[in-house]
Amino acid sequence: MSKTNQTMSADDIEALLPWYATGTLNRDEADQVEAALAANPALARRLDLVREEMTEAILLNEALGVPSARVMENLFKAIDKERKIARAPARRGFGAWLADLLTPRAVALAAAAAVIIIMLQAGVITTLVLQDRGDAGSSFETASVPAATRGVETGSFALVRFTPQANIADISRFLDSKDAVIVDGPHPGGMYRVRVARTNVGKDELEGLVREFQSSNLVSMAVPTE
Amino acid sequence: MQVLFARHQVRVYRFVLRFVGNQAVAEDLISEVFLDVWRQADRFEGRSAVSTWLLGIARFKALSSMRRKPDEELDEETAGAIEDSSDDPEVAVQKKDKGAALRKCLQTLSPEHQEVINLVYYHEKSVEEVAEIVGIPEATVKTRMFYARKRLSELLKAAGIDRGWP
Repeated sequence: MSKTNQTMSADDIEALLPWYATGTLNRDEADQVEAALAANPALARRLDLVREEMTEAILLNEALGVPSARVMENLFKAIDKERKIARAPARRGFGAWLADLLTPRAVALAAAAAVIIIMLQAGVITTLVLQDRGDAGSSFETASVPAATRGVETGSFALVRFTPQANIADISRFLDSKDAVIVDGPHPGGMYRVRVARTNVGKDELEGLVREFQSSNLVSMAVPTE
Repeated sequence: MQVLFARHQVRVYRFVLRFVGNQAVAEDLISEVFLDVWRQADRFEGRSAVSTWLLGIARFKALSSMRRKPDEELDEETAGAIEDSSDDPEVAVQKKDKGAALRKCLQTLSPEHQEVINLVYYHEKSVEEVAEIVGIPEATVKTRMFYARKRLSELLKAAGIDRGWP
């Protein structure tokens, strides 16, 4: 970005708040925004406004639903048709390689493999977080399995999305410091359901806890949930 | 291709649906998007994220579709899906539901402002990526986002929520 490695004006920094909130700034820009936030409480308040907007924009988009299975059927019918037409003159390069992979059997196998890989990835990430906590009360394997949430059914909860820069060790330390634990996820949009208090606290206290999460640079979004 | 489709279809669909306002049209368009991707796989140079490349193609197809069918109206089911069925901003404020009022105002923004807000907040695109998808300079991306947020605050203020900014 054009302002990298230069000192940015207050206006420049304010303009970058939406990208800071979503964790899409480069390290230099993020550092400058963080320094400005630490020095200027009014700017920190405006970051809260950005996070409110982000939360509602996400909810609005999530409400749009998902495409029907018809899309995939039509797509692979069309691809199959084009493959048949193009079968005689061989394709070259990456296109040829991709086309060769798209036999109906290969597509079915790839779909099954993709689902397994994505589920394993989500499970492994969550397991790493939970194991790293070393919490005797959270001796479950993955947060996406109902049995995994044993012992954490009660309490107060929030939906939390971590920034792309946050690594497992940082997240684990952060959750430890808050006596919090991931109980479910990831859900669409990279959201995790996190128990933020062991007891069912009141609305004001829950909002305070969620604000503490939101103020962390590891968290891009946090909202109270049931 | 299957993995690519599984990973990106929902976000591309929602991006396109915001433009065309019709679920069936949006579904046809994303089929076309991924078919184009399959045809052009050897042209992808990897200079940008795959999702950015996809959204750029999707945007072009959505705008082309809208130019072909300018008078197409939303079907009722789709209108229900896109338009928030909640109260208007003033009523939402009276009910002290700030989030609902904010969502309502987001939907009242101009298409250009909605687009940049969605690309930044929902699709988590950087300044450079938004510039690539929309085809405008990076400085314009920042300005457009700023004015979109400013307009949002104005709409909220008109609905009775003064956020104290700008």
